[in-house]
Amino acid sequence: MRKQLDRWLGPLAFVLVALDVWLGLWITPPDQVQGDYVRLVYVHPAVAWVALYVAFGMAGLCSVLYLWPRTRSLAFDYAAAAAVEVGVVFTILTCITGAIWGRPTWGVWWTWDARLTSTALLAVMFLGYLALRRVPAEPHVRARRCAVMALVAAVDVPIVHFSVNWWNTLHQGATVLNANLSPRIHGSMAWTLLLSFIAFTLLFVWMVIARYRLEVLRHSGENKDLDRALSERRAEGAEA
Amino acid sequence: MFRDAALVAGRDLRIELRSRVVLWQVLPFSVLALLLFAFAFGPSQARLVQSAPGLFWLALLFSTVLFAQRSRALEGSPATREAARLLGLDPAGVFLGKTVALFLELVVLEVLLVVGLLLLFHVVVVSWLVLIAACLLAALGLASASVLYGALSGEARIRSTLLPVLLLPILAPVLIAGVRSFQAAIKDGAGLSGRWLGVLAVFSVVYTGLGIALYGPLEEN
Repeated sequence: MRKQLDRWLGPLAFVLVALDVWLGLWITPPDQVQGDYVRLVYVHPAVAWVALYVAFGMAGLCSVLYLWPRTRSLAFDYAAAAAVEVGVVFTILTCITGAIWGRPTWGVWWTWDARLTSTALLAVMFLGYLALRRVPAEPHVRARRCAVMALVAAVDVPIVHFSVNWWNTLHQGATVLNANLSPRIHGSMAWTLLLSFIAFTLLFVWMVIARYRLEVLRHSGENKDLDRALSERRAEGAEA
Repeated sequence: MFRDAALVAGRDLRIELRSRVVLWQVLPFSVLALLLFAFAFGPSQARLVQSAPGLFWLALLFSTVLFAQRSRALEGSPATREAARLLGLDPAGVFLGKTVALFLELVVLEVLLVVGLLLLFHVVVVSWLVLIAACLLAALGLASASVLYGALSGEARIRSTLLPVLLLPILAPVLIAGVRSFQAAIKDGAGLSGRWLGVLAVFSVVYTGLGIALYGPLEEN
């Protein structure tokens, strides 16, 4: 089962992303108001969805599970670390794709809008999380510090989500999951948008699984190095 | 918990009074920051008054990082933490005590910075009540967040570079709400300041609560 997942998940994610690009660039029609600029909607919202909700949601959940004494396991710490690392990449991609859309539409690459500013802050906070992970410490001490950091940073996620409602922002409100639950996108455009969400979510899952395994290998490697160093010192002691 | 908090706050303040590190290093840095900001903006009176709220809070935030490092350094050695555990000090009490000590130090710094703005930048404060409320609420929020993040940031050799990266982004709400409240205080916009004072109050309550709940687990070996 695990080998099957390894074999198919990555290629499937890439095929779906390629299909999304093909549908987005060549099949779906241009928008009445935005023209061809609308084609970024098949990348930007899906990337933002993965970054804000899937990645940082998973990081928050894994951190809670680590901090909860009954479920405490380093596996949750590794999973949170993998989710944050991939999530930061997707957050930066969110900012870049947003800027590419913003330049022709708003006339600027960046504006001090509540949604943009809170997203940038979120990225910086999770970069801090990654910096904290690099601090040498006993695995459980590091896991505890990082879990607290992730939870504090995750508080920014609802602020990013509701920023378009709480403040007067340039950034538009939700197209699909809006307050009335009535999507403002239809036909081939809606299906392509849905496909983009599935494709980028699968890509995220594949990347997180790979990153999680790397983290597990790295820690088992560290333990093996430590065991070897200890046995070498003991052997030196026995010879003396 | 409160007895432990009083003990720890008294200890931290006594150490600062005797070592005078804050007096001779951190407070001069804050005044220096104000002077450098004034050099950068030029001698124009109108421009200095207009930028005073932002400069005040930036100087306060950068100084807070130094205060936080200093506060953590007092708790830094594993032996000190071990002694606190052996004495049976409640971790929540230790957190509150360190927060109270840092709060008082930050209030002294805020008084110094306000006097600096009055004398050097010729700022006229219209609503002292708004300014004092903003300064007290912000000092509590800054102190509690600094003590919590000081515990997060690990050993001394890494803390000096890591702590600003961790701490400054989460202090952004204090910066924004503090600047707005200060602007209201010097423009008699007392009515406009309520929402921003609310932000400062929520920030203080959230970080004090988080610190009480999480300081203990963070200090475990």
